[in-house]
Amino acid sequence: MSKVADILETLPYGPAPEDAKATAKWLEDHGRKFGIYVGGEWLSGESHFESVNPADGTVLGSIAQASNEQVNQAVAAARKALPEWQAMGGTARAKILYAIARKVQKHSRLFAVLETMDNGKPIRETRDIDVPLVARHFYYHAGWAKVMEAEFPDYQPVGVCGQIIPWNFPLLMLAWKIAPALAMGNTVILKPAEFTSLSAILFAEICHEAGVPAGVVNIITGDGEVGRAIVEHPNIDKIAFTGSTEVGRIIRKATAGTEKKLSLELGGKSPFIVFEDADLDSAVEGLVDAIWFNQGQVCCAGSRLLVQEGVAEKVYAKIRTRMATLRVGSPLDKAVDLGAIVDRSQLERINSLVEKGVEEGATKYQSPCDLPADGFYFPPTLLTDVEPASTVAQTEIFGPVLVAMTFRTPAEAVALGNNTVYGLAASVWTQNLDIAHDIAAQLKAGAIWVNCTNQFDASCGFGGYRESGFGREGGREGLYEYLKWKTPTISETKQTSGESLPKIDRTHKLYIGGKQVRPDGGYSYEAVGQEFAIANRKDARNAVEVAASAQASWAKTAAFTRSQILYYLAENMEGAREQLIAAIQPTGGDSASEEFEQAIELVLHYAAMADKYEGTVHQPPFRGFTYTQNEAIGVVATLAPESPSLLGFLGVTLPLIAMGNAVVAVASESNPLPAVELMRIIEASDVPAGVWNILTGHHAELEKTLADHLGVDGLWHFSTVTSASTVQELSAGNLKQTWSSYGKNIDFTSTSVEFLRRATQVKNIWVPYGS
Amino acid sequence: MAQISDPIGGDSLIPHELQRNPGQHLDLDWVQSLVVNRSAVERRADTFPKRRTVKKEWQAAWLIRAIECIDLTTLSGDDTTGNVHRLCMKARNPLSGELLESLGIESVHTGAVCVYHQYVSDAVRFLKGSGIPVAAVSTGFPAGLSPFKQRLEEIHHSVSDGADEIDIVITRSHVLRGDWDALYDEMKAFREACGEAHVKAILATGELGTLTNVARASAVCMMAGADFIKTSTGKEPVNATLPYAFVMARLIREYQERTGAKIGFKPAGGIRTAKQSLDYLMLMKDELGDDWLSPHLFRIGASTLLADIERQLEHYISGRYSAFNRHPMG
Repeated sequence: MSKVADILETLPYGPAPEDAKATAKWLEDHGRKFGIYVGGEWLSGESHFESVNPADGTVLGSIAQASNEQVNQAVAAARKALPEWQAMGGTARAKILYAIARKVQKHSRLFAVLETMDNGKPIRETRDIDVPLVARHFYYHAGWAKVMEAEFPDYQPVGVCGQIIPWNFPLLMLAWKIAPALAMGNTVILKPAEFTSLSAILFAEICHEAGVPAGVVNIITGDGEVGRAIVEHPNIDKIAFTGSTEVGRIIRKATAGTEKKLSLELGGKSPFIVFEDADLDSAVEGLVDAIWFNQGQVCCAGSRLLVQEGVAEKVYAKIRTRMATLRVGSPLDKAVDLGAIVDRSQLERINSLVEKGVEEGATKYQSPCDLPADGFYFPPTLLTDVEPASTVAQTEIFGPVLVAMTFRTPAEAVALGNNTVYGLAASVWTQNLDIAHDIAAQLKAGAIWVNCTNQFDASCGFGGYRESGFGREGGREGLYEYLKWKTPTISETKQTSGESLPKIDRTHKLYIGGKQVRPDGGYSYEAVGQEFAIANRKDARNAVEVAASAQASWAKTAAFTRSQILYYLAENMEGAREQLIAAIQPTGGDSASEEFEQAIELVLHYAAMADKYEGTVHQPPFRGFTYTQNEAIGVVATLAPESPSLLGFLGVTLPLIAMGNAVVAVASESNPLPAVELMRIIEASDVPAGVWNILTGHHAELEKTLADHLGVDGLWHFSTVTSASTVQELSAGNLKQTWSSYGKNIDFTSTSVEFLRRATQVKNIWVPYGS
Repeated sequence: MAQISDPIGGDSLIPHELQRNPGQHLDLDWVQSLVVNRSAVERRADTFPKRRTVKKEWQAAWLIRAIECIDLTTLSGDDTTGNVHRLCMKARNPLSGELLESLGIESVHTGAVCVYHQYVSDAVRFLKGSGIPVAAVSTGFPAGLSPFKQRLEEIHHSVSDGADEIDIVITRSHVLRGDWDALYDEMKAFREACGEAHVKAILATGELGTLTNVARASAVCMMAGADFIKTSTGKEPVNATLPYAFVMARLIREYQERTGAKIGFKPAGGIRTAKQSLDYLMLMKDELGDDWLSPHLFRIGASTLLADIERQLEHYISGRYSAFNRHPMG
């Protein structure tokens, strides 16, 4: 029987291998040994490690382990290149980014095949998703380079950026890091992941050809030690990291107090929520893209299926049916859905987590597919009978493993969806507009996909809430990670010596939950001739507790109402003019009444802006739109500067209140009087109880409790009596966002949008449509 | 089906005769519950052809199966006995003997020949002994708006002229107005009129407005006894597309889960390239399973597709790109 006739009997899919000859030649041309790219030149490594093709275990080549000296050289080269790179101007930089995009397209297949061989992901994905998105990222950011000066007058480049990227999307994560950095006039040192260095090396060659000036892009390879050297390097201005939450925490601690700008894109356990009215077949197909894309090794993988109870069994049955036709195999085969897991260690981790899930009572279903004999493969897996209390429902597996749970109502879907330490992404499947947008608004995640999943585009910001990190990549919002605010400062603040004021003894209290309360510890301290309560950790805890319970409804309060409340506050402050001026006077001296006027202006500014700092609509290339919401961060603790005592206190509090955060505000140590006077005014101004809490006492003690508190979502450290080190180090506990003035005398009359930007986090909501 | 040269077992036919669709009562709850998200379906349809491919011998074998699933069609106002004869001869011998020999295939013919009622008896005569069924488009094709009684009579005439399969068109207005009872009754009457002849329900998807309507119309026609559901007449502005195919295939799967009956699928109109025919075959394999890789459950309504498949098969054999004039016209 002829072969064709034989095949005709059952019509199987045959092999469809991508030709890897050109890539093999590229590897051979380099002698399968690679150096590092520093200052526009290739340096040899002193030692090397092997890069392995996870599909078959073969060695692709030797990768240089950069030495400390070489890291120093790279930083020096990036530093040296900086002035000229910035002097070139936006138009020149745009041309270079455009050239990079062009060259990525011209060598697209080489990139795709190389990436597939190094990482193990299917050629379909590298060819159709990774590489096109990379080119798009450079094109898009070429545009921003051109218009940077006009669009961001209050900002300047950060400087030298250290960038550390993971192995799951080696080239795409490189693009997400390098394109915005270069567009905004920075120079970079990028370290690819140890498992997947090759596409970054090819990219360096592309940069060289595209005319990127020497030192602007430096690619250094190596293990975690090289990463550590970058993170700890004193001459680097910014660290951008994508990877595990565990390493993110280490980086947060290592950079604490250093003034290095930091963005972290970390882990996730993203919910994939299916309502009973959804197009269930399409939702199941969505799951294929959510959890069986890139073998599930995706930080925003829809790994937690939440399905409405009434349709759960039906959906599970559909998933099992769909799983039966998933094809796992050689990633270079053009007709496989899943390729290889990146490394043996990762495969073992997946295995042990799945075993653990089964031990804890999960029911396991796996695709009945054949796995290749060599290499690292794991079949698509569905775990049902999983509950939030199961390990596999909380732990990021980072493999092709879906865990499934049910919910009864939209409210319960939100509660379960948010029942995680992470907040990277979420998918919502429903044909009902009301449900879709309502759920999208309530989910705590940086990217919400309505009736779709794992959508990425250069025009839309991507990044996390909570322990999924902070900072955005993509869109206008992503550019700020590579821009430095031209901090408005004043040369010196007046600090006159305290003079004793009132004759009648007053008992100053704390303001917690809308009430003035005595401090738990029963201690006071003296400032400006009066005694002020010393708040202790319990007071701080109590304040966070009431703030947390007040925050959600404050954020949901109409922005117009928040605005009205702030106008009312201004009105009441005006009524207490003499009192407030007198309160400023002990430290503000002659300029007290001027400061009072500035404070009123500031309140009016944030009253005005409360309903005007709006989201935007991005235009990614699909039928639909992505809208953004500038959402409150949550509970934010603030430490006010010593002076100006009233203006500074309001300056670090009002933007947060205006944007819907609940605040635990610690007053100036040396003159807490204006903050204390504000208590009654706030009480009279209809600010809901718990939204604005005021503590007095010692910054050094309070900042520890607040920075360490896992229920505090953000911390603004404008204290001029403590350094930022402690709060930034302790913030690693839940990776709360921090913003510090590093002891500078900020000009709080500034109405820069930076304050509102810092008071919010951007959520991108993707809404494809079609009748 | 292809007769495969097998020195030991002789000619073997791939088995299984299609069971007729028994139909079921009209389940309006099911109909109303059906919703389709257009963007999600389009995303699936866009990526599917890039997720699956067949190469070399596999491609050749799949293309032969595609030929076996073609309802080789002529539906033109200028049809004559002459060109219907030419078409039937092509249906009997879609590949040259030389090509067949190189492929190691003894014989192959198309799934059916599809004509207007006027040429049913001619086609039956021209195809005698070939085992190729004749399909007739019917019920006021393509608009389906002639008097209802007349539409039923048209079916009777075609059946009595020897048509083995009847491709009916549904009344689109029943779908557009959500009158599922009327659609169900109409389809049921058509099925009864067909008797032993298998009935394919043409939904005219391009005129139904939404994918949700396509899904609902598919469900209703299957419940009313359609043996096949078919996308288009070939006369609508938009004919067969992968999104329609996904929606209809998903409904066929669900109907099978509910009733056990296997319903056939026929995309028609606009399928002109070998690559397109493979996309649809692969869609059948992945969405419905290997049973649908057979003319019993899958047909492609096409007229020029065959010529492109012939070229691709010649390329497989010779390694050279071919030209249309090298292959006999249908």
